[in-house]
Amino acid sequence: MAEAKTSREIASLASGTAFPDPLGGKGLLRFVMCGSVDDGKSTLIGRLLYDSELVLEDQLAALECDSRKFGTAGGSIDFALLVDGLQAEREQGITIDVAYRYFATGKRKFIVADAPGHEQYTRNMATGASGCDLAVILADARKGLLTQTRRHSFIVHLLGVRHIVLAINKMDLVGFSRTRFNEIATAYSAFAGELGIPSVTAIPVSATAGDNVVHRAASMPWYEGPTLLTYLELAEAGASAGARPLRMPVQWVSRPNADFRGFAGTLAAGSVRPGERVAVLPSGRTSAVARIVTRDGDLESAGAGDAVTLVLADEVDVSRGDVIAAADAHPDIADQVAAHVIWMGEEPMLPGRPYFVKCGCQTTTATITALKHKINVDNLDHIAARQLELNDIGLCNLAFSRPLVFEPYDVDRTLGGFVLIDKVSNATVGAGLIRFGLRRAENLHWQALAIDRAGRAAAKHQRPCCLWFTGLSGAGKSTLANLLEKRLHATGHHTYVLDGDNIRHGLNRDLGFSDADRVENIRRVAEVARLMVDAGLIVLVSFISPFRAERRMARELFAAGDFLEIHVDASLEVCERRDPKGLYRKARKGLITNFTGIDSEYETPEAPEMRVQTADATPDEVVDGILGELNRRELA
Amino acid sequence: MSMRSDHLRQLEAESIFILREAAAEFRKPVLLYSIGKDSSVLLHLALKAFYPAPPPFPLLHVDTTWKFKDMITFRDETARRLGLDLIVHINRDGLERGISPVTHGSAVHTDVMKTEALRQALETGGYDAAIGGARRDEEASRAKERIFSFRSAAHRWDAKTQRPELWRLFNTRLHARESMRVFPLSNWTELDVWHYVLAEEIDIVPLYFARLRPVVEREGMLIVVDDDRLPLRDGERPHMQRVRFRTLGCYPLTGAILSGAETLEEIVAELLAARTSERQGRLIDRDQAGAMERKKQEGYF
Ligand SMILES: Nc1nc2c(ncn2[C@@H]2O[C@H](COP(=O)(O)OP(=O)(O)O)[C@@H](O)[C@H]2O)c(=O)[nH]1
Repeated sequence: MAEAKTSREIASLASGTAFPDPLGGKGLLRFVMCGSVDDGKSTLIGRLLYDSELVLEDQLAALECDSRKFGTAGGSIDFALLVDGLQAEREQGITIDVAYRYFATGKRKFIVADAPGHEQYTRNMATGASGCDLAVILADARKGLLTQTRRHSFIVHLLGVRHIVLAINKMDLVGFSRTRFNEIATAYSAFAGELGIPSVTAIPVSATAGDNVVHRAASMPWYEGPTLLTYLELAEAGASAGARPLRMPVQWVSRPNADFRGFAGTLAAGSVRPGERVAVLPSGRTSAVARIVTRDGDLESAGAGDAVTLVLADEVDVSRGDVIAAADAHPDIADQVAAHVIWMGEEPMLPGRPYFVKCGCQTTTATITALKHKINVDNLDHIAARQLELNDIGLCNLAFSRPLVFEPYDVDRTLGGFVLIDKVSNATVGAGLIRFGLRRAENLHWQALAIDRAGRAAAKHQRPCCLWFTGLSGAGKSTLANLLEKRLHATGHHTYVLDGDNIRHGLNRDLGFSDADRVENIRRVAEVARLMVDAGLIVLVSFISPFRAERRMARELFAAGDFLEIHVDASLEVCERRDPKGLYRKARKGLITNFTGIDSEYETPEAPEMRVQTADATPDEVVDGILGELNRRELA
Repeated sequence: MSMRSDHLRQLEAESIFILREAAAEFRKPVLLYSIGKDSSVLLHLALKAFYPAPPPFPLLHVDTTWKFKDMITFRDETARRLGLDLIVHINRDGLERGISPVTHGSAVHTDVMKTEALRQALETGGYDAAIGGARRDEEASRAKERIFSFRSAAHRWDAKTQRPELWRLFNTRLHARESMRVFPLSNWTELDVWHYVLAEEIDIVPLYFARLRPVVEREGMLIVVDDDRLPLRDGERPHMQRVRFRTLGCYPLTGAILSGAETLEEIVAELLAARTSERQGRLIDRDQAGAMERKKQEGYF
């Protein structure tokens, strides 16, 4: 094979026809190879390299030597060693990280992302699959489909890999059974269908023998499909990026002198010609393309994937991160999006914590405002969750600190994929795939936004509300309100606690305990709380507020859903036993009058949004419960 | 452009993207220019990436003082012709200690005059990113290295804490004294490099072309006698042979190959028929399995 290829290539070199590069017009194919440990992934890749005669003499000598030292193939050549990289990995017999392999045939050049298959390496798998056109998923013919097979399929599908090849390996160990092959292929088709994977090709192979890898196998005459290599050579690479409207993220503004101002970038989609109208986003200013500059001379046109420098006809303000797009078909701009996030950090992802986000050439700050659910990649179930751990995948809402130009990931990977970077450690902690924008911000940049309650709330990435704690003195209102505030604050929420005692020292210093003063007391506190909610805060009011009418009055100041009454329930005996401020003792002695529970009534709330019992639970447990409820109501 | 195949165009565009990203995101990048064919391609790509402006970073050559004369001539001539800012760094301390590959062996020489020298140069210059021409197909540990490869303040590479690199979203964030190595040619193979040199008519050091040169044979390698600093061993007498280099390093460490390839076309044809990989010519990689991985952990490029 190599001999034929080599002489053919030399011939074409000499004749000058395909000169100077004999590889055909198929271009690069980037694919990811996934398999569980011991499915034979390394052996299969080694085989592809070996059989396409890319293993050179000295590498082969080293391989023979290593096969004796580390090999698992009992002295004969262990192809897996061709691709097992790091010394540490060889010693431990495992693969730590994605490795990249290169080979070429007469028809095409291949870049293989060799992704480790262990469960804890979802991170690497996603890294390997990003940017790939095709995935080869390996299954052991004896074992059939494993949880890992499903996991790998889900991840590559999530990352938008369009072609999937199921390589059913170790066919030699199942007697090259056609029935077994069909069984696995059929089961896989069903699973792929559930995921929404449009096309799957199953190929029976034996990596150790090389059957159906590069050469057609005499051992499986019943198989009439292509060999793995043939399939790879013919697969369509790249989405139809060229057919879409122009998108070019500006990477670099080139100003070598006063006369030249160009915008350098790689076309993510579409094509461009001088004279065409374009818009610069997010500003929305339009102009026409004057020149497409390259060092090889100006171009008449450029297409998706080309790295060029555009000169515009007008003086338009353009900086790195802006997107030059077709004037009549803009991408979206939003400061809030829904996205799948693959968590890659050792520390869990916390809603509310700010991270750097990089999307295209734009960098800003992102906060996860809501974790809708986590996905169990083994059975695709959606699970409610508070945070994402390493290798978890979840659907999240994110808020950016400024509007970003984006496209849904399924439309455009360049403007739809992003990474999250920890602000302290600088580690890359997450990868995201934008599904859709939540609040179009198309005009934010040049139209003053009316600063209303929604705007202020959005700036804080939260839904403001008033949590009204009512209950007997000593029931635990202040403890709970303060603890809850701490927990909300830790997850990035903006909060304020209004506490009865404190307010009486300042704002309501002039009020006593007469009925009229009690009403005025509540009215003022409720009005302050309402202003704070309008300002975008989550306000925690801790007031005995014993009378229904007063609580109703407070409630009526707020929009439906913004006021949550939380009855902190503890019996009078419990409160009196706790008596943290010694007030019950004084009231019993008659030193204080009008004391709620002693000589003034507490009207138990009939339908509070929440009722919490504090007698037998720790404050932490109670706050957990409240947070759960707030979560359910999408308030925190 | 029409002359190049799709895959070379794709590789070229990817490298240009990487170079622009490095220029845009780092405070003070530098291009490590080692004079070989990969450096020539890298420089060519940098000229393209920023055209009509010159590359917005200087070139740095870490000179071990044992480079072939032809290499130094080529380096100075290239910088002059293109009007580039070239910085040459030599480890003065190593020089004063008389470190040489002949007396100290390849390991010590490489460590002091290359690894240590590079660290010095990067620290002195305050560079936060060093752009180099290494390729993933060169060696096993490179196959796992990121395109934007993080180095600790001590210049160490740690395979286990590499940052995930998805799509073309490179995390370029650094703390003080940390740095990045950037490899725009990561996805190129040796053959790609040669095809590209040919297609783009890129100037390369004449040592890549076969000529009659004075040669001695040592440990199965053909060593070209470049000047009188190479002490000849008993019985060694340089004789003229038609040889060329597949890879260029320090002259007593880099072996030549017998070849008749005098033009780029002939080199590519020879390569297609070749049965040995390019690093075989380098003594430093042969010391032990995992040699490169260890060197990289210590800050070798
Ligand atoms: N009989 C048989 N054994 C295989 C085949 N492919 C791989 N193996 C063996 O399966 C084991 C694991 O292979 P390896 O490539 O290291 O698996 P990886 O963990 O997926 O990279 C090795 O002992 C291989 O020799 C095959 O097609 N048939």
